[in-house]
Amino acid sequence: MSETAARAVTAPKPRRDLARAVVRFAGDSGDGMQLTGEQFTLESAVAGSDLATLPNFPAEIRAPAGTLFGVSSFQLQFGSQRVYTPGDRLDCLVAMNPAALKVHVDDLKPGGLLIVNTTAFDRRNLDKAGYAANPLDDPTLAERYRLHKVDMTALTLEAIQDLPLNTKEKDRTKNFFALGLVSWIYTRPLDPTLDWIKKKFAKNATIAEANVRVLKAGHAFGETAEIFSECYQLEPAEMAPGLYRAMTGNRALAWGLLAAAERSKVPIVYGAYPITPASGILEELAMHKRFRIRTIQAEDEIAAASAAIGASFGGAVGVTASSGPGIALKGEAIGLAVTAELPLVIFDIQRGGPSTGLPTKTEQADLMQALYGRNSEAPVVVLAPATPGDCFFIAYEAVRIATKYMVPVIVLSDGFLANGSEPWRIPDPSTLPPIEVHFRTDPAGFFPYLRDPATLGRPWVRPGTPGLEHRIGGIEKQDGTGDISYDPDNHDHMVRTRAEKVRRVAQEIPPTSINGPATGDLLVVGWGGTYGAITAAVERSQADGKAVASVHLRHLNPLPPDLGHILREYRRVLVPEINSGQLVRVLRAEYLVDAVGFNRVRGLPLATEDICDTINQLLEGH
Amino acid sequence: MSATGTGAAEAPRYTKKDFESDQDVRWCPGCGDYAVLSAVQKSMPDLGIPRENIVFISGIGCSSRFPYYMNTYGFHTIHGRAPAIATGLRVARPDLKVFVVTGDGDGLSIGGNHMLHVLRRNVNLTILLFNNRIYGLTKGQYSPTSEQGKITKSTPMGSADRPVNPIAFALGCGATFVARTVDRHIAHMEETIKRAAAHRGTGFVEILQNCNVYNDLAWNVLYDKEQRLAHEMKLEHGKPLVFGPVDARQALIMDGVKPVVAPAKETPPDRLWIHDESNLNAAKILADLFAPDYPVPVGVFAAVSAPVYEEIVLDQEQRAIADKGVGEIAKLLKSGDTWKIE
Ligand code: SF4
Repeated sequence: MSETAARAVTAPKPRRDLARAVVRFAGDSGDGMQLTGEQFTLESAVAGSDLATLPNFPAEIRAPAGTLFGVSSFQLQFGSQRVYTPGDRLDCLVAMNPAALKVHVDDLKPGGLLIVNTTAFDRRNLDKAGYAANPLDDPTLAERYRLHKVDMTALTLEAIQDLPLNTKEKDRTKNFFALGLVSWIYTRPLDPTLDWIKKKFAKNATIAEANVRVLKAGHAFGETAEIFSECYQLEPAEMAPGLYRAMTGNRALAWGLLAAAERSKVPIVYGAYPITPASGILEELAMHKRFRIRTIQAEDEIAAASAAIGASFGGAVGVTASSGPGIALKGEAIGLAVTAELPLVIFDIQRGGPSTGLPTKTEQADLMQALYGRNSEAPVVVLAPATPGDCFFIAYEAVRIATKYMVPVIVLSDGFLANGSEPWRIPDPSTLPPIEVHFRTDPAGFFPYLRDPATLGRPWVRPGTPGLEHRIGGIEKQDGTGDISYDPDNHDHMVRTRAEKVRRVAQEIPPTSINGPATGDLLVVGWGGTYGAITAAVERSQADGKAVASVHLRHLNPLPPDLGHILREYRRVLVPEINSGQLVRVLRAEYLVDAVGFNRVRGLPLATEDICDTINQLLEGH
Repeated sequence: MSATGTGAAEAPRYTKKDFESDQDVRWCPGCGDYAVLSAVQKSMPDLGIPRENIVFISGIGCSSRFPYYMNTYGFHTIHGRAPAIATGLRVARPDLKVFVVTGDGDGLSIGGNHMLHVLRRNVNLTILLFNNRIYGLTKGQYSPTSEQGKITKSTPMGSADRPVNPIAFALGCGATFVARTVDRHIAHMEETIKRAAAHRGTGFVEILQNCNVYNDLAWNVLYDKEQRLAHEMKLEHGKPLVFGPVDARQALIMDGVKPVVAPAKETPPDRLWIHDESNLNAAKILADLFAPDYPVPVGVFAAVSAPVYEEIVLDQEQRAIADKGVGEIAKLLKSGDTWKIE
């Protein structure tokens, strides 16, 4: 880096204030873009920005280098105000190779910052990306964007030329050059990444040294290279005071279970079969055996659900997880938990489908499966977290409801929430509502299907309790005694009772909070991971003086008891979803309101801009 | 909480009656299941385990109605999944004695995958697989153990598939205790069930059972007095493998790597095959033998010791706790990278 150091300027470059920025790092699967993004996220969080992230990677583990489908990216939006989404259009794109440029450049705003690693723009890579000519030589690219061609690989190798590493090892650090450079552009502190390097490579001083040097070289390059005329700074966002951490949805689900196990004093048995994007929960839980979480990596999805049910029969809380295809396989077992009236928690980390579909992309199309995807009348409780951090509270709530009502609870997360992260204010676990589990031990007057008058839940008995030996199963039972019954009227009664038990969970739902006026022209209703996009769109419309409000549902079955009333307070109701219109169907059927959908099923989060446009169209009466 | 201790010390004295539930038994009159139920109920007092610590788990099929008739804890679940449900139960509650009751269709067709994995994991439970070579509850279709060419309602011209051998399957999966018994051999059945129940790990017992309605006398080779005398070979640890009537005793011996039958009298003692339950390779050879060319082995094919799945799971938990104490969520939430906003 001698040359750039020699050009060091003494006067710092001007810093422009910025309210928010959307940055995307894109490169080959092997370029370390996810790590780069995660570190940039951490730096931004420590700088006090609010933020939201969108990792996006191919389904193939080692996709062929340089290809379009092998491109991996990490996007985040950070700002000095509340940030709800990872952003629609990019302010800055870092493209590590031609394929990354080709796949992502159209998302960059005109005039946006485009940083490319020119070293990777050789004939081979250009061919693989399908470029006949080098796009960097095309003057229109530089006209449309603020193009910065940086020979990152060369600069990286130069910074560490004297270190005893081979070229491949040296080359692998170039993502930190990009990180250092972008950190400089947006005035992000390097310390969190320097700390990370120290910890990660504690056992390999040379690699640690290489990463530190390359990171700093990238930073210095921004400071000194004449091509960057200015950099940006952001005021810290106004966030509620407290201790924060970055939280992804999958980790939050896992930790919510740990909190529930601790509070309920009932062990949790987690049965799962590896599947994208749910496997992270199993891996996270497996690290926390000290919390008396027992994980079973089962032989298949059915066994995973079955093992969880067996554990619940034994007096533990059985939890299972998957994404859509696996939930389909678990359907019969979930039905058993419905009729055996045992607690069971099922996480569905939705992904693009049908069948294998888009395993690493997000979707919200399992709502109908969660509500109805089992044989016969098999109602279950359905919850959905709104943000990555909310997954913690939803997982806890799922255990609380499942054990209180002796009922299966499905949690609908999605690929976006699972992998996305947000700065999360660490809650005080003692403020969580208690989970009170009572195991029946009194044999006097015992029958397995006696019911609690408030919840309709049946007694939970741990095998091993003397005098309470009993048999349950999948055959219809006489209410009360639990004996096998083929009586028509009893069956009708049991169908209604199981449904009523789920309906009674409505008494757990707090009053619905309305973001905006309590009455007006338009109500936007959402659920799950679209919370950010919808909220941002609605707040933008409100700022334009429109009578628009939004409601975000965390309880999808039963629905909040006040929802029907709220829906009628608005002239129009809009339901944006990443499916072809599932919640909107439920709302129309349930409340006879003329709700309309906004639906995009692209494997990506909804764009705030698109929702804004739809809001405007509806208000204009189109 | 010991993983295997099921409270044997304080078990009260029971009789068979203590294990009979108040439910009407609903199998067809004459079904072999009655004898099995009776043998199991009779074996229970000898296990020395308090009744409340015993759980019967079943799937779907005629045999899977079993738990309703046992005055213990019981769970009649879904088709083929009993081994998986029992695995979850054992992981949650290693203090319980768990039995899985299944059939040839439930355990080897729809639930074949779970059977494979429960056996290879060596979960500490006892599996009673009722093999009647037919689907009874659905009224008589051929099963995965039916002989090839079987004429049933679903195979009017004979079944095309070859049967699976439960004993060979179990051994192939790495089972640590594998035995065969017969519904009409009451004493042998009781003895085998008790041994399986005492095994540490998965105890797998194939019970040859008669479905008198849809597949009567499928096991006649072991029912008919003469045939039985000719073909039944009792497996007894440490004893030579011999069978047949006293005046025409036959010995099962190895000719190179092939089992052959030879008159016992003419077989030199050092060529006799001495049954060794700890020899899994020998068990695999025995598993494939059947009449008419070979004897039909009954008894314990193999009994070996191996680590138990849920004991390892529980041990890891105990080690993690011993290492760093019981987890505290409040501490975990604040661990790693955090930052303060004033
Ligand atoms: S159908 Fe066969 S196996 Fe089933 S109960 Fe009747 S006799 Fe027994």
